Amino acid sequence: MSADIKSKLRKFHQAKWDEQLIFELDTPGERGIIVGGVEDEIEKQIGNGFANLPTGMKRKKSPALPEVGQMRVLKHYLRLSQHTLGADLNVDIGQGTCTVKYSPKINETIARNHKATKLHPWQDESQVQGALEILYKLNEYLSELSGLDHFTIQPPSGSAAIFTMASIVQKYHEVRGEADQRDEIITTIFSHPSDYSAVALKGYKVTMLYHDPKTGVPSAEALRAAISERTAAIFITNPEDTGIYNPEIPEFTKIAHEAGALCCYDQANANGLLGITRAKEAGFDMCFFNLHKTFSTPHGCGGPATGAMGVTKALKEFLPAPYVEKKKGTYTLNYNLKHSIGKVRSFYGVFPVALKAYSWLRSLGAEGIREASEVAVLNNNYLLTHIKKIKGAEAPYAKGKHRIEQVRYSWEKLFKETGVNTEDVTLRMCDFGFHLWSSHHPFIIPQPFTIEPTESYSKAELDEYLNALRHIAKEAYDKPDFVKKAPYNSVVHRINHDSFDDPKKWAITWRLYKKKHLNQN
Amino acid sequence: MNNFTEVVLRKTKVKVHPYIPNSAPEVKQAMLKEIGIKKVDELYNEIPSKIRFKGKLNIPDGIESEFALKRHVETILAKNTSCVDNLSFLGGGVANHYVPVICDEVNSRAEFLTAYAGEPYEDHGRFQSLWEFQSLMAELLDVEVVSVPTFDGAQAASSSIGMIRRYTGRDEILISDTTSPDRLAVIQNYCHPMIKITMVKHNVKTGMMDIEDLKQKMTKNVAGIYFENPSYLGFIETEGKEISKIVHKNGGKVIVYADPISLGVLTPPSNYGADITCGEIQPLGLHINYGGATGGYIGVNDDPKLVQEYPWRLFGIDKTEVEGEWGFGDVLYDDRTSFGNRETGKDYVGTASALWGITAGVYLALMGPEGMKEVGTVIMQRSQYAAKKISGIKGIKAPAIDSPFFKEFIVDFNKTGKTVSQINKALEKKGIFGGKDLSKEFKELGQSALFCITEENTKEDIDRLVSELKNIIK
Repeated sequence: MSADIKSKLRKFHQAKWDEQLIFELDTPGERGIIVGGVEDEIEKQIGNGFANLPTGMKRKKSPALPEVGQMRVLKHYLRLSQHTLGADLNVDIGQGTCTVKYSPKINETIARNHKATKLHPWQDESQVQGALEILYKLNEYLSELSGLDHFTIQPPSGSAAIFTMASIVQKYHEVRGEADQRDEIITTIFSHPSDYSAVALKGYKVTMLYHDPKTGVPSAEALRAAISERTAAIFITNPEDTGIYNPEIPEFTKIAHEAGALCCYDQANANGLLGITRAKEAGFDMCFFNLHKTFSTPHGCGGPATGAMGVTKALKEFLPAPYVEKKKGTYTLNYNLKHSIGKVRSFYGVFPVALKAYSWLRSLGAEGIREASEVAVLNNNYLLTHIKKIKGAEAPYAKGKHRIEQVRYSWEKLFKETGVNTEDVTLRMCDFGFHLWSSHHPFIIPQPFTIEPTESYSKAELDEYLNALRHIAKEAYDKPDFVKKAPYNSVVHRINHDSFDDPKKWAITWRLYKKKHLNQN
Repeated sequence: MNNFTEVVLRKTKVKVHPYIPNSAPEVKQAMLKEIGIKKVDELYNEIPSKIRFKGKLNIPDGIESEFALKRHVETILAKNTSCVDNLSFLGGGVANHYVPVICDEVNSRAEFLTAYAGEPYEDHGRFQSLWEFQSLMAELLDVEVVSVPTFDGAQAASSSIGMIRRYTGRDEILISDTTSPDRLAVIQNYCHPMIKITMVKHNVKTGMMDIEDLKQKMTKNVAGIYFENPSYLGFIETEGKEISKIVHKNGGKVIVYADPISLGVLTPPSNYGADITCGEIQPLGLHINYGGATGGYIGVNDDPKLVQEYPWRLFGIDKTEVEGEWGFGDVLYDDRTSFGNRETGKDYVGTASALWGITAGVYLALMGPEGMKEVGTVIMQRSQYAAKKISGIKGIKAPAIDSPFFKEFIVDFNKTGKTVSQINKALEKKGIFGGKDLSKEFKELGQSALFCITEENTKEDIDRLVSELKNIIK
């Protein structure tokens, strides 16, 4: 691509290997790796090891795994990696709500140290003081960033943190003898699906607040109308995925507390607020941060992750066990929390993710963390300024106001005028090496697209992304059919969806594909 | 320019962090101008000033240099003693299995490491590698359907219990009392308060499930049973067929938690009546990472009513509009998953362990049927050798429970007069991590420990352990 970035678009084509399935590489006799047998003496003393095993428990038929040589396995997966558009390779601002920022490579190197990778969770505390120090200090910094008092990294994702908060809410009211009375939880229609489903798992009836059509946020009045002595807690995300900050949040938490309900803060959207405003001053009892979003750890195609969850002093005794403490200069795991909800994950949490988050925080420091938030918000409003000008695009609600770290836009006008919908635009964006994501269920905003730039990309990169959006929007008006048949430069063409919801046809594994489509067993 | 000016400029020059490019002053100014504002702070004007954070965060200043950052974190990590520094015999949920270098090579690829939620077009490779994980696991488990991985084995167990609860419409679950206490704690929080848990006893001599106790507790109000095979305590449950018969006769379902690295040589649970096979993928190519690298698997046969109950994503394969191309997508996404519909979604799901699922797929592709047979056999041989040699020490009984075992077994130190804690402290002085102390978890076992032997423990390692134990005991 020439240096004139304002008018030219990248002539991108994704790698396209036309790669087979691993099963299609099966070549009987090939070996990917040899395990090696036991020493002669062991063979002599023990035999093949199966003498005492009842025959019913010895596997009769070998698993039908493919036999593939080592280089070919490597090649296969490297090709598949080239068929994957990771953040390291593109201007990854189109995965709104995901906060796809730079995952510093130094943290990958640090995390591969054997003094991290080869620690066993059942080792004595005295042998893992380094690991416990990292967790303790990370918890301290998260406490400072949120204003809350005690943190745990045990929940393995944001959704798991929501489930953890719901578990604490449940236990809290149980201890006070009000669990039967308080069987309702209030959240909003824009919040993550898990703010409904994880909470419902605890038996709660969930009420969703709707927003004012002008402001885009629910009003304190709406909460007042919905809340009662049956409310156990409110689960609030602020700003919502629309990027709009709800200025009435102190009233929300006041109303909830007056009704005897707890206030839980879903901070998946924290990236614009670090050092700017905190859970504590807004009145929350609990909150969580996504370490794999705001705190830079890599997304890994969908995990590993962590939802680091914090509580006020009053709720410490409900935390999942163990809690990392410091006593006389020594770090220790405290299992004696009076009303602990027990556990939400095996062992202590996703240690490598916590380690990388700690390292990222230490790299930035107090000033850097705040600068990251400010620039994320600057980048977002820069995009908003320009996207609003694209014919066919709109930013519903809060007209004339600034947003925080992301915006949910709409292609509704484009769709009405050209027939090109949000999925079509997304697939055409693939042709330029970009992602573009729509929205969580439900589509409150019609034909939605959500963009979250974070602080990681240069202005020139943001301009490149804008160029592609403008170009495709124009294409939609000029030649809509062309856009509707995209992608052209991706790994594959339009995928047939017939089988995915049909039990007679769905092929969730190779085994099922052979059975249903090739008549093989 | 004289020296003084240079110094002043150097001291007042804005330091731009390498991770925040638009912090560069000229670019920032240009952007502010295009937005039409003077300061970044104006962008926060919707936040009430009374809740604006004022002052400085009580967090240390940033470590600007990459070298200094690396040094800082590594200095803290140096305070750990790892299973590379010492010889480890710890198991109890995760274990030191060999990680083929190809596994690390693939999961450190920038593309796999940093992708997330793109479409099955530009992220085709992500979908294919996870579909291959599903398919490869299905062959190992001898089932037809496997989902993308969950957070860990404990979540797989919990999700499976949720699945059979919804399938049968019954709100009670039976759980074997030799279940891992760590996993049980997760299951208990998951079940509370909607699902009742009733524990089923085991025969203290053999470790096997107490069939009479099961018969008594398996009523028509019970959704089914959950048990682990091999048990957390290492022995192999041989009564699977009988257990399944009793549970099925009463309209219940059977969930078996199985160590996948055993399934190259042990009969897969689906073959003795398991309706759901679940477990932990850590042994398949993941370093232990202080218990922080895990993933859960859930496998069933293709009963559409049971498939409907999966909370986790299920990737499917299909054709595209171009002949010969493979395409992927989500099976039953809309009403089944909470992503698809929050109100009808089963259970809840979130960002879990995709990178580890891809890794486990690579592991199985490398190992193939022969490799899985080899590793299972070697583990059987080595662990039996270890038990035999340890048992040769006066005062020690191994295994404490007289049944066939896989990879782990109980060592009974009661007759030595020493506690497990004392023994482990002494072993540590010799550079060895002894077995997990069971004295608090299973009081009836007294001073006993769970020893784990993998394919990484050579004869030399085991002989060294035995020699040190001999010295400590006498």
